[in-house]
Amino acid sequence: MSSAQAARPASGIREITYAEAIAEALGTEMRLDPRVFVMGEDVGAFGGLFGGTKGLLAEFGPERVRDTPISEAALIGAGVGAAITGMRPMVEIQFVDFTACAMDQIVNQAAKIRFMLGGKAQVPLVIRTPYGTGLKLASQHSQSLEAWFAHVPGLLVAMPATPADAKGLLVTALRDPNPVMVLEHKLLYPTRGPVPEEQYGIPFGQADVKRPGSDATIVATGLMVSKSLAAADRLAAEGVEAEVLDPRTLVPLDKAAIIESVKKTGRLVVVHEAVKRGGFGGEIASLIAEEAFDYLDAPIKRVAGRNVPIAFNEVLEKKAVPDVEDIVAAVKSLVRD
Amino acid sequence: MAKGKARQASARQAGSPPAPAEARTAQPDGPDRIAMLTMMVRIRAFELKLAELVRNLVIKGTMHPYVGQEAVATGVCTALRPVDYIASTHRGHGHALAKGADMQRMMAELLGKHTGYCKGKGGSMHIADLDLGMLGCNGIVGGGMGITAGAALSAKLRGTDQVCAGFFGDGGANAGITHESMNLAAAWRLPAIFVCENNQYALSMPHAKAVAMPDIALRAQGYGMAGEVVDGNDAMAVWAATRRAAERARAGGGPTLLECKTYRWLQHSLRVKGPDRPAEEEASWRARCPIDRLRKELAADGRLDDAGFAAIEAAAAREVEESVAFALASPEPPLEEMELDIYAGRFIE
Repeated sequence: MSSAQAARPASGIREITYAEAIAEALGTEMRLDPRVFVMGEDVGAFGGLFGGTKGLLAEFGPERVRDTPISEAALIGAGVGAAITGMRPMVEIQFVDFTACAMDQIVNQAAKIRFMLGGKAQVPLVIRTPYGTGLKLASQHSQSLEAWFAHVPGLLVAMPATPADAKGLLVTALRDPNPVMVLEHKLLYPTRGPVPEEQYGIPFGQADVKRPGSDATIVATGLMVSKSLAAADRLAAEGVEAEVLDPRTLVPLDKAAIIESVKKTGRLVVVHEAVKRGGFGGEIASLIAEEAFDYLDAPIKRVAGRNVPIAFNEVLEKKAVPDVEDIVAAVKSLVRD
Repeated sequence: MAKGKARQASARQAGSPPAPAEARTAQPDGPDRIAMLTMMVRIRAFELKLAELVRNLVIKGTMHPYVGQEAVATGVCTALRPVDYIASTHRGHGHALAKGADMQRMMAELLGKHTGYCKGKGGSMHIADLDLGMLGCNGIVGGGMGITAGAALSAKLRGTDQVCAGFFGDGGANAGITHESMNLAAAWRLPAIFVCENNQYALSMPHAKAVAMPDIALRAQGYGMAGEVVDGNDAMAVWAATRRAAERARAGGGPTLLECKTYRWLQHSLRVKGPDRPAEEEASWRARCPIDRLRKELAADGRLDDAGFAAIEAAAAREVEESVAFALASPEPPLEEMELDIYAGRFIE
């Protein structure tokens, strides 16, 4: 947890955006490793729809920063082919919703090849993709699909919540010999935070306590981390100290950190934007139910998206996903008991 | 190859009638035709043995026999170099053998044994040998197409002169990934060869009912790549067309779509009894046996007599029997294999 942060150098820290942190991680890694290249729709001159590849074309040219046709399946498929023959591709899928167009390549090819080949292949493929609501893009551009990927053995799943995590987790992804899904909430791209200049990796499977607390544990990922922190501030004003724990990667999952936190607080609220039904929150809830039940002082709560497609209308969109009030209410309902 | 006896390419442009023999381009230097015939005989012996082993339940599960299509794998892989790549299909044993795969490790894999190519975890549809540039059979129809584009892209980015030949069938021709991958490869002028083995049926679906155009190779023009229809039962024609495609790819001329017209003699899979195909259709294709064809050519050239061919067949049969013995004597994978090889460098419960 804190060891990863402690490992970061204290010097050379600036405030940059989440998108800039991503581009910086990519650019630095491309300088360090000639095998790393980038492909995706509008990743070149456009710099990626949300700015994650900004500036890369100018430095590395069109061979290593490849604008592609709208062919998600072929992009991931080509990423797999390049990965098993010695390259380290980073494929950007413009919206996580579009991974549905490439699901065979992700699930049946990228995730399975190493196992099916008896360990003979490595698939060092990174797939970066924006998820989540907030831009009024309706049902096909607003989903949170991390549970799909977490359900498939062979994939790693990272969900950075801050600019510093975005850089560190992406660097680790780019150096990992496995296929990694990096899901980035689209509202996070313009957010700013302190990011070390040096290239650093954040180990996968190391949760980060974003805020310590003793009364309840809030496990949150992606955008829900900042919402949970806001909820924790409001709760603190009422005398309730909530701990906000960000697993940062769902696969691998830092089970020990979650269990440890719940042992301390006795209460668990899991927060995610993805729909509740079949969401990853159920996995965390059952982890605690199975392995730390005796430490619970209250039932486990899930605060998650409604089981609906995302509507275009601003109010309907907003009301489909958790907000700060929902998290506050969930924690209070447990503490009150 | 003897001068004047040079095998001539029998390819034609998609949509046009076959080129007359005198217009065909002679190949000045040819491959070792005896080696090619031997490979085809080995593939057939292997596949026919599998049919027996599946029938007798020595092999569990199913597999997709390649009998009748041996000239395609052999012609393509003979034209490639060891450093070149292939990506294969669910009907991939012939491709693997032609790229140099070890028959014993293949047979062990088909019996699910720990000594197999995939430690018994992949089976028929996932045999691969990356050291041979054989990037894997694939259980998803069209599944090798993206990999083909990606391996070709990888070669281009690494600055090598490797090419990647990706096999697919008339069924795979209609999968979306095939379109996307061909377009990508053409747009980026990747050193890829898309080898369509049109064996006339996607399980029970006749090609003529699945596609309105007579030749899949016609699509090449739409992608801006070269396309050829090839007699897929003529190993030398396949070899010559592949060589042209590989040379084009290495020269920066981009990908080629080769449509090899052929026919699978057996059922879609060894455990499926499909609807009967027209008897005269089956007979006419069996009369165009790719092995007989090359054997007769070699005989006519005075390169191979009956005794020579019998020796090739006997050696193949012996090799197959040895592979079965090896596989039968091999251990099952230990239970812990179930949880190994899911991730490289890490274990995740």
